[in-house]
Amino acid sequence: MTTQASGDALVSLNGVNKHYGQLHVLKDINLQVQKGEVVVVIGPSGSGKSTLCRAINRLETIDDGDIAIDGKKLPEEGKDLAHLRADVGMVFQSFNLFAHKTILENVTLGPIKVKKVAKGTADKEAMALLERVGVGHQAPKLPAQLSGGQQQRVAIARALAMKPKVMLFDEPTSALDPEMINEVLDVMIQLAKEGMTMIVVTHEMGFARKAADRVVFMADGQIVEDATPEEFFTNPKSTRAKDFLSKLLTH
Amino acid sequence: MDAVIASLPEYWDGFLRTLYLSIISGIIALVVGTLLAAMRVSPVAALRGFSMFYVEVARNTPLTIIFFFAAIVLPRLGVKFEQFEVAAIIALSSYTAAFIAEAVRSGVNSVPVGQAEAARSVGMTFTQVLGFIVLPQAVRTVIPPLINILIALVKNSSVAGAFFVLELFGYGRQLSNDYGNQVLWILLGVAFFYLLITVPLGLLAHFVERKVAIAR
Repeated sequence: MTTQASGDALVSLNGVNKHYGQLHVLKDINLQVQKGEVVVVIGPSGSGKSTLCRAINRLETIDDGDIAIDGKKLPEEGKDLAHLRADVGMVFQSFNLFAHKTILENVTLGPIKVKKVAKGTADKEAMALLERVGVGHQAPKLPAQLSGGQQQRVAIARALAMKPKVMLFDEPTSALDPEMINEVLDVMIQLAKEGMTMIVVTHEMGFARKAADRVVFMADGQIVEDATPEEFFTNPKSTRAKDFLSKLLTH
Repeated sequence: MDAVIASLPEYWDGFLRTLYLSIISGIIALVVGTLLAAMRVSPVAALRGFSMFYVEVARNTPLTIIFFFAAIVLPRLGVKFEQFEVAAIIALSSYTAAFIAEAVRSGVNSVPVGQAEAARSVGMTFTQVLGFIVLPQAVRTVIPPLINILIALVKNSSVAGAFFVLELFGYGRQLSNDYGNQVLWILLGVAFFYLLITVPLGLLAHFVERKVAIAR
């Protein structure tokens, strides 16, 4: 494992804490993600991994510590925060495609409204992205007419259309029927191979083994382990991780 | 009955003035109400506070008192106007805006929060999120209550009749005096002309509701 200096990390979290009332959901989180790295965050539910993911583009505020993207500290609110979010792609568990817009509009809306790209160019780029994730022929439909797996692939295309520096995935396959999980994971694996920086919260251990550079294991709001997938799955150090993995393997 | 027929020109004049008051106040109230709703969900605490304060004051004050304020207090504070219609429009639109703000806010809340989160995640600003994503989806749930509020506005405009504005109700009072033996007919005539505005609005609400049901 390389030791990372926080200075050149693309995503850097230092001493991040968050409380929901009494509950301490994020406890002194330190995490550096380098450019091109794929970091998979796993852990039991309630461990704070989704909160961590959402804190990186400030959909969740934090109590203290700091988060920086490409050396820039996350702004509090307003235009600066919007600018920064444009560089961070986000894929949600529940897809969250804009329900009143067509598939094509879902992908072009960000580039047109936020980056002021001309409509013709945005349409062309969006079609290329939709083809790439295998839903090009669905472009004129509304999100509700697509299957979950297709919707999630559109959501990935929508995030990619902004040409983000880093992509965040918040349990992207957890709301999908089993037969649709692979079509989404395939797109993500392809993206990882192309060198996209990715932070992926997931329960898909197969994806972690195949595509991750690092596995971060969280429990009770803390990062318990941070290792290569090989190391983590074959030789977990903490009892908490051993316990978690043994529960997965018994079924 | 013949008093009504003899007074048709007055009725017509009153009808037009009621329509005029309702349309102008309705448009102003829709714009102001939507702005108030936007302020209410904005990230700026001062705007949220102002919107909440305004809505609570305006919708919990009797309309007659707001009319008094607009027609009598405002001129003393230096806001001068030639006609009492202006006072009526100020009173009606500021009162109705509060109800519209609440209806729009509930519509905004009916849009799943994930829609706004996704829009923020692609880098949209607060106004873009609201304008492109949230409000267009809120419209569907908001239209039936909005039409209810507009129907109430048409009827509320009758208060202006008590403040020297010769709209339907104002004429109704005058004609009742002129035809003391036919008050019932005169008032039925007034009611009829109100229905001429409110019934189509109700039908519009039905129509839109059905359209929305199909769209889902």
